[in-house]
Amino acid sequence: MSAAAECTTLSGLNGFAREVGEKSGQSIQLCYQCQKCAAGCPMGEFTDYYPNQILRLIQFGRKEEVLKSKGIWLCFSCETCGARCPNDINIAEVMDTLREMALAEKVPPGIKNAPIFHQAFLNSVKNRGRVHETLMMMNYKLKSGDLFSDLDVGLKMFQKGKLPILSRSIKNKGEVKKIFHRASGK
Amino acid sequence: MKFTYYPGCSLESSAKEYNLSAQSVCRGLGIELLELEDWSCCGATSAHNTNRLLAELLPARNLFIAQRMGYDIAVPCSACYSRLKKTDYVLRNNEEKRREIEQALGFKFDGSVQVYHLLEALTVKFGTANIAAQVKKPLAGLKAACYYGCLIVRPPEVTGFARPENPMIMDGLVNALGAEARPWSYKTDCCSSNQGLVNAGIARRVVDRILGMAAEAGADAVVTACPLCQTALEMRRSPDITIPVFYFTELIGIALDLPARKDWFVKHLVDPGPLLQNLSLAG
Repeated sequence: MSAAAECTTLSGLNGFAREVGEKSGQSIQLCYQCQKCAAGCPMGEFTDYYPNQILRLIQFGRKEEVLKSKGIWLCFSCETCGARCPNDINIAEVMDTLREMALAEKVPPGIKNAPIFHQAFLNSVKNRGRVHETLMMMNYKLKSGDLFSDLDVGLKMFQKGKLPILSRSIKNKGEVKKIFHRASGK
Repeated sequence: MKFTYYPGCSLESSAKEYNLSAQSVCRGLGIELLELEDWSCCGATSAHNTNRLLAELLPARNLFIAQRMGYDIAVPCSACYSRLKKTDYVLRNNEEKRREIEQALGFKFDGSVQVYHLLEALTVKFGTANIAAQVKKPLAGLKAACYYGCLIVRPPEVTGFARPENPMIMDGLVNALGAEARPWSYKTDCCSSNQGLVNAGIARRVVDRILGMAAEAGADAVVTACPLCQTALEMRRSPDITIPVFYFTELIGIALDLPARKDWFVKHLVDPGPLLQNLSLAG
């Protein structure tokens, strides 16, 4: 088999590329660097790697660079990349898979506060069944140490009744807790 | 016409005016919204960014409640809509996953209810022409940039949204209300909402660019269909930018001349009052 042909089959891939391909259900080996994803990527000017570069690093088996990158945590999850990919690679699925792998392997995140935010958000859902936006934001600020940003706009929202202290939680909280246990494999 | 209604967490706090206007407008149009009984959070960005199984189980619980209630779901928040619609797509197209989800939640999916974004429920299912027929106060003189954002249109194979690169259903609605939808090229560019708290500097650059393009396209206001987009466009902008950002339901509410609208606009972080007064639409 020629090198080019081998590149388009799953069996020709290194272990990391195969794992990402299988977990995400996406044919990463099909990416031929047309860069349509990069052209439409809204995080393009802020990131260390464009989506096509992430895919190339995966193809090359450069696991550490990928999982430590800022790009996987800066991703806005806007899905522009996948919608425009001529090879139908759903790159958002790949990004979700990479973040999940980075967390599972305890790789220090390229954007320190991103997983802290997600944790604060999901803790609120787990405890109440719904997000209590006010408590969630306070919790995020305490955990991230980013105490003083957004205070002015936060106060304005509070005055307009948009950050209520009292908010409804659901009746069947146990059902939601069960979902969290199931998803965490416990 | 009847829908089950999944407001989502934001509509109970940061986007109260979207909830109030959606409910008033539907009542005014004769559409019945039955709030999903004991609905829970869809998991939003944080679930799919960290645990993909969680990101399917949390929405599935709500899909099963809607199935039990027996009416199609209308979802005002694009992020909630995206999670519910994607899970619905998985349940319809992936047998192995469907079994896993059914087993985890103890419920059988029968595919009898459909998931619609509220914008689709009103413009496509109820019909823009039927809304136009009830307009009492045409929005004459209002030039608006219709901002669809990401998750209502993408991924197109899941949403089935018409013209995902240049959607027109909100433009059609805005024109039918008597305003002028301006053509522009940032309709489906991301507002970067999921970076707002973590990377506020990036969010400001992204939001300012979108609002700048709306102004350049000749718009006096931006219209959204998502609480996260609306909040980002108001909250993350540079303080000198004054263009107001409406929910599409608020524009319908003005056109139907609903007196309740005064309670919506006072909740905005960027006051739409001066623009509405200029156009004699303040009510």
